Amino acid sequence: MGVEGIGARVVRKEDKRFITGKGRYVDDIKLTGMTHAYFIRSPHAHAKVKGIDSSAALKMPGVVAVLTGKQLVDDKVGNLICGWAITSKDGSPMKMGAWPAMAPETVRFVGQAVAVVIAESKNLARDAAEVVVVDYEELPAVADMHAAIKAGAPQLHPEAPGNQVYDWVIGDESATDAAFAKAANVVKLDVTNNRLAPNAMEPRAAIADYDAAEEHFTLYTTSQNPHVARLVLSAFYNIAPEHKLRVIAPDVGGGFGSKIFIYPEEMVALWASKKVGRPVKWTGDRTEAFLTDAHGRDHITHAEMAFDANNKIIGLKVKTYANFGAYMSLFSSSVPTYLYATLLSGQYNIPAIHAEVIGVYTNTTPVDAYRGAGRPEASYLIERLMETAARQLNVDPAQLRRTNFITQFPHQTPVIMAYDTGDFNASLDAAMKAIDYAGFPARKAKAKADGKLRGIGVSCYIEACGIAPSKAVGSLGAGVGLWESAEVRVNPVGTIEILTGSHSHGQGHETTFCQLVAERLGVPISQVSIVHGDTDKVQFGMGTYGSRSAAVGLTAILKAMEKMESKAKKIAAHALEASEGDIVIENGEFKVAGTDKAIAFPMVALAAYTAHNLPDGMEPGLKESAFYDPTNFTFPAGAYICELEVDPGTGKTSFVNFVAADDFGRLINPMIVEGQVHGGLVQGIGQALLEHAIYDANGQPVTASFMDYAMPRADDVPSFNLSHTTTLCPGNPLGIKGCGEAGAIGASAAVINAITDAIGKNNLEMPATPDRVWRTIHAA
Amino acid sequence: MYQTTYHRASSVDEAASLFAKSSEAKFLSGGQTLLPVMKQRLAGPSDVIDLAKIKDMIGVEASGDTLTIKAATPHYDVASSDAAKKAIPALAYLASLIGDPAVRYRGTIGGSIANNDPAADYPASLLALDATVKTNKRSIAAADFFKGLFTTALEDGEIITAVSFPVPAKAGYSKMPHPASRFALTGVFVAQTKSGEVRVAATGASQNGVMRVPAIEAALKANWSPAAIDSVSIPASGLLADIHGSAEYRANLVKVMAQRAVAAAG
Repeated sequence: MGVEGIGARVVRKEDKRFITGKGRYVDDIKLTGMTHAYFIRSPHAHAKVKGIDSSAALKMPGVVAVLTGKQLVDDKVGNLICGWAITSKDGSPMKMGAWPAMAPETVRFVGQAVAVVIAESKNLARDAAEVVVVDYEELPAVADMHAAIKAGAPQLHPEAPGNQVYDWVIGDESATDAAFAKAANVVKLDVTNNRLAPNAMEPRAAIADYDAAEEHFTLYTTSQNPHVARLVLSAFYNIAPEHKLRVIAPDVGGGFGSKIFIYPEEMVALWASKKVGRPVKWTGDRTEAFLTDAHGRDHITHAEMAFDANNKIIGLKVKTYANFGAYMSLFSSSVPTYLYATLLSGQYNIPAIHAEVIGVYTNTTPVDAYRGAGRPEASYLIERLMETAARQLNVDPAQLRRTNFITQFPHQTPVIMAYDTGDFNASLDAAMKAIDYAGFPARKAKAKADGKLRGIGVSCYIEACGIAPSKAVGSLGAGVGLWESAEVRVNPVGTIEILTGSHSHGQGHETTFCQLVAERLGVPISQVSIVHGDTDKVQFGMGTYGSRSAAVGLTAILKAMEKMESKAKKIAAHALEASEGDIVIENGEFKVAGTDKAIAFPMVALAAYTAHNLPDGMEPGLKESAFYDPTNFTFPAGAYICELEVDPGTGKTSFVNFVAADDFGRLINPMIVEGQVHGGLVQGIGQALLEHAIYDANGQPVTASFMDYAMPRADDVPSFNLSHTTTLCPGNPLGIKGCGEAGAIGASAAVINAITDAIGKNNLEMPATPDRVWRTIHAA
Repeated sequence: MYQTTYHRASSVDEAASLFAKSSEAKFLSGGQTLLPVMKQRLAGPSDVIDLAKIKDMIGVEASGDTLTIKAATPHYDVASSDAAKKAIPALAYLASLIGDPAVRYRGTIGGSIANNDPAADYPASLLALDATVKTNKRSIAAADFFKGLFTTALEDGEIITAVSFPVPAKAGYSKMPHPASRFALTGVFVAQTKSGEVRVAATGASQNGVMRVPAIEAALKANWSPAAIDSVSIPASGLLADIHGSAEYRANLVKVMAQRAVAAAG
């Protein structure tokens, strides 16, 4: 490791512009002649749109156009798609209702757009929107999943009788039943995984610019995956063929999954730009973010775990209802199926698993991937079950986990995943040591004397990241491959541009990706720049989500680097009159091994471009690209232990300590990894204690602002005690597993296990608000 | 936000005369409620008259047995005021708990009590300390000032200039913050006046806004100690209920916060 190479705690290059307010986000961009869009959104959770009268609005100052859902459908803008086909247990395909970008006939959630005003300023557009008269005929709505699946419930889509999208199963049911039949003990648990609003710091935004002369569109958008946006807009939404559509995702202020999806607003902005012949900008406000950014989680689950007489798990049965909201968002179908149920084995050797997942429509905001996407739900369920089992079987929860840990790798679970490597005892050891697990009973006793209820909670999570081997996900229904591409452009003076299909929206790629180059070439990272987020610059990319950018995106860069280095070595060997096999790269020089003969890397680059003296037959230039398709998922895993106190008078939780021992494989920049873990843990704690997107029975959102939706703040969370144990991932040459989601996946179970330990009652739902904890303490 | 005309008043009289001349004016102090409401287009005043730069309306002064906080004094100034900390430390402490740092730098006591949010912190202290609200027209006892949710005794165009607090023998405040807004989910201010009267006021609890709690006052009058409140029963009827706190929980908090406030008061 050099001072800026792999493993170095390099300060983030991009922070200079972010900290000094020089970031360039979509809303910072202003185009000549730009107009502004304001969407008219349904105040009803379910209603017929009987008519829209925009005559008064069209007379308002500065109004350019008022466009409706009917016009959009008439112009054949395609309905929104769901890109992962799931098949029900009866063999039928999932049942999807149509989702036009603006509703021509029926609205199905509060906030769904029915029309858009285009005006000279946002304020003028908003003024005009107030005088557009939308004639709604209210329909009965249903927001609660239990209510939605009952006979006689209001029906959302004729295509989906009973509001059921699919009834999907995984695993071997008869083997699981057989295991339960011979079980010495069965542990049962009902859990709700609360719905969350993603709340990236930057709201979504889009600017669409149609060039009539070229019949070409440019879209600036808050996207985690601009190429996928272009593909979907082109192939399914009939906006323009790919070569006539450029998508740019500039600086993006956080995504957490919510900016993977192509939303109605981008589609409408593009369509409207062509309609009005001018650029159209839309910047969402926080209320629109609460109403329209895809929400996360929202499961109701019953699970049973069977144990033999030695406390070994012999079977697991899970039945989950997953709330999809009013429409199937882009990857929503995969989240409670292949991203959830395939992780139900946790860190444990479970010979038989059977899971059933029922997808449900309700009159709520669509639900899709949110940091962890299915894996937090799986991890929370399994780790709550393990804690429940330990209490029921009267064994130490850490010991029960050790009794069941997988210790031999590779390990094929009964639910598709083949874990490649790991050392679950090592991470649990590290976490228990860090928190002084053995000393807990004494600390609990002391706290009791002070009138506080102290608890400790363990969570041993595993996740499948490095998403994903294309052939494998294709066989499971994915509509896209999940490889990544990269290009290494060496300039004639030896500076290097790395073009990547990954997209950085807070992850620090502009630093970590440079560190790989510094490691391999020995050049300073100041000589390297990372280019991303523009379909005109980067050939293709699948974007950033699923903790994939290092494991997949950086590996693609490595592959391109290897090709570039191979050519550069030939040039160097030719210049040094040496054999190519004798060339080594050290500290920015290409050397003949064992001699003092060397040529600096910039001179190799210059030679490549002057082409005055290249080996016979070699093309000039020094630029290589690569596509990398992983062979397997990666499996980050770790142990989190939380120690906390509950105030019995108020039910309020206060953290005493929170330790995280993660195995992410190789770390490129430990400082950035720690930042990722901190953020993930805070989101996991937020889910456990504070966050909940709530609807009333009629589908009206109760938590559509920060006055009601409790986001975690600095004083809500403890200082974290982080450590790493390492098993290198054998699936990629860098040995990387990924770190972006772990905290959000593992934290919530640790918190709830600790609170339930503190209060001595096992049943407690998230978020564990003070009121809820207090009522649980004092319940009969 | 709708179009509006902004005026920066340099004196109370100028502010009052600007108000009289406007069709639908609103006074602006710290703007912690008015501005978000305007940005959401839930209010559209023709004129906004800024009081926060009027020099005579800013400051904390102790004189004899009275602590006076001028109306446009930000919460941060009260929380960090030596005069407030010396005269009524519980009041400075209350100010330090309002909202978050950004709110405390901008929000003012006058704006808070004029708005009379049922979960605002200051009203509990005014009621428990038997404070007097000074306006450009008169003096109003706290007990007469708060008239229920978002309603006060203020007349149209009347400007709060200051609040004067009698310095108590003992006082304490304890608050369970709302996890999202950091208003009081329930906050209780307890005070023992120099003449021995016990006054207890709770905010965030009642459907009618800030309220006295006679049962706790009686218990503390008999025995000024947290334990004295153990046997008090607070009924849940008439208390607020929302996603962050049921009425039963708030009833419990009235009691628990009162006990902690008494413990803090010493």
